[in-house]
Amino acid sequence: MTILKVTGLTKRFGNTDVLRGIDLEVARGERIAILGASGSGKSTLLRCLNFMERPGGGTIALDGQVLGREGRAGERSYPESELIQVRQRVGMVFQQFNLFPHMTAIGNVMEGLRTVRGMPKPEAEARAAKELARVGLAEKADTYPAHLSGGQKQRVAIARALAMDPEMLLFDEPTSALDPELVGEVLAVILALAEEGRTMLLVTHELGFAYHVATRVIFLADGAIHEQGPPDEVLKNPKKDRTRAFLASHKQFSF
Amino acid sequence: MRWDFASVFDNTDALLVGAAGTLRIFAICLVLGLSLGLIVGLGRYSRNRWLHIPATIFVEFFRNTPVLVQILWFYFALPILLPFQISPLAAASLGISLNSAAFSAEIYRGGIQSIETGQWDGARALGMRWGQAMRRIILPQALKRMLPALTNRAIEIFKMSTLASAVAYVELLQQGKLIASLNYNPIEAYTAVAVIFFVFLWPLVQFSYFLERRLRRDE
Repeated sequence: MTILKVTGLTKRFGNTDVLRGIDLEVARGERIAILGASGSGKSTLLRCLNFMERPGGGTIALDGQVLGREGRAGERSYPESELIQVRQRVGMVFQQFNLFPHMTAIGNVMEGLRTVRGMPKPEAEARAAKELARVGLAEKADTYPAHLSGGQKQRVAIARALAMDPEMLLFDEPTSALDPELVGEVLAVILALAEEGRTMLLVTHELGFAYHVATRVIFLADGAIHEQGPPDEVLKNPKKDRTRAFLASHKQFSF
Repeated sequence: MRWDFASVFDNTDALLVGAAGTLRIFAICLVLGLSLGLIVGLGRYSRNRWLHIPATIFVEFFRNTPVLVQILWFYFALPILLPFQISPLAAASLGISLNSAAFSAEIYRGGIQSIETGQWDGARALGMRWGQAMRRIILPQALKRMLPALTNRAIEIFKMSTLASAVAYVELLQQGKLIASLNYNPIEAYTAVAVIFFVFLWPLVQFSYFLERRLRRDE
């Protein structure tokens, strides 16, 4: 059952074509790891899916419904009200966490429920406490982000996204800003979500994690899908040279 | 030379009336100036040129003309152009508020711009509208950074209120002048006015330090 269908997605920044026609179909429950060198367009692809960046061309359909309206010149426009609906259904976790520093951990998790959903405070608080407990941070509810470690911040950010009941989760290099000893706790939370059968797209440099967690691996190069398939194929027996070179450079110093 | 404050104390009533006048125009200009400043600041921040250009013209015009000239203009020139009289309070409030709005607009714009784009991302990813993100996420953080500059604005507004004496609005300086001219005691009268200003403003500044400390509790 397809939840997301991307057709011919393009994006330009200035004179640079960052995405050159991405076609991607995501089924419910799929976990897709997106790999690629820096500048390959993987973060931009992810950010287009919940419209943090406006797509240049092509279409994105959620649950079979094509988003935006077609203008006269063939370009698509995206009314804010529609994007707001989409973003509530597609949660996002950022490399830099982007927690709200003026709110406590539980305040961060409640914020979407209160401001966007208009949920009454006691209800939102209960829900937020549940999500914090899920990521193992129940006792940090009243702590401000400045007093949390990077790993804890990212777990709060995951709880914040989960509180909105998203149908799909986007992870944009969730562990890249973390000290190595903190990566494990965040990956463990993501793994637990994977085991619940959640649909997720994950841009990552953690090849081992991608191998264990993903149902499909996409290798992006120059803004296009260069190779994709099950992790066993793409990560162990890549067919294309560039994929092979990329994986080799990542495994250069492994033992 | 002998200092004699008796003639000032004899006129305590006049000074109290003046202090009330100063506080009234301060309150009006603080609220009008800082809230209009926020609106103009958002216009300056906007990428929509229909908002940006008028806001820029407003800021440049009122930053580059003296408040005293504006007050005199509103009081003496505007009634010639428009068919109504304008009170000294209204003329002075207009001049001071518009000037303060122009200066505080730049404070707001700078404060809002200083917030990392990641905060917008975080807010929008939850499905917040622009206004919700601004009100709940961006402005509270910006306010913390802007507080010292806004406090300076408030102090400036308080002191600018003396310009209202140019159109005979009854405030502290106006009453000081009156006392000085009736009793021939300018030294005592103006010293008293200066001291009263200090007594009002010093606690105000202390209060802003308290606010800054409170806003820093998330650090």
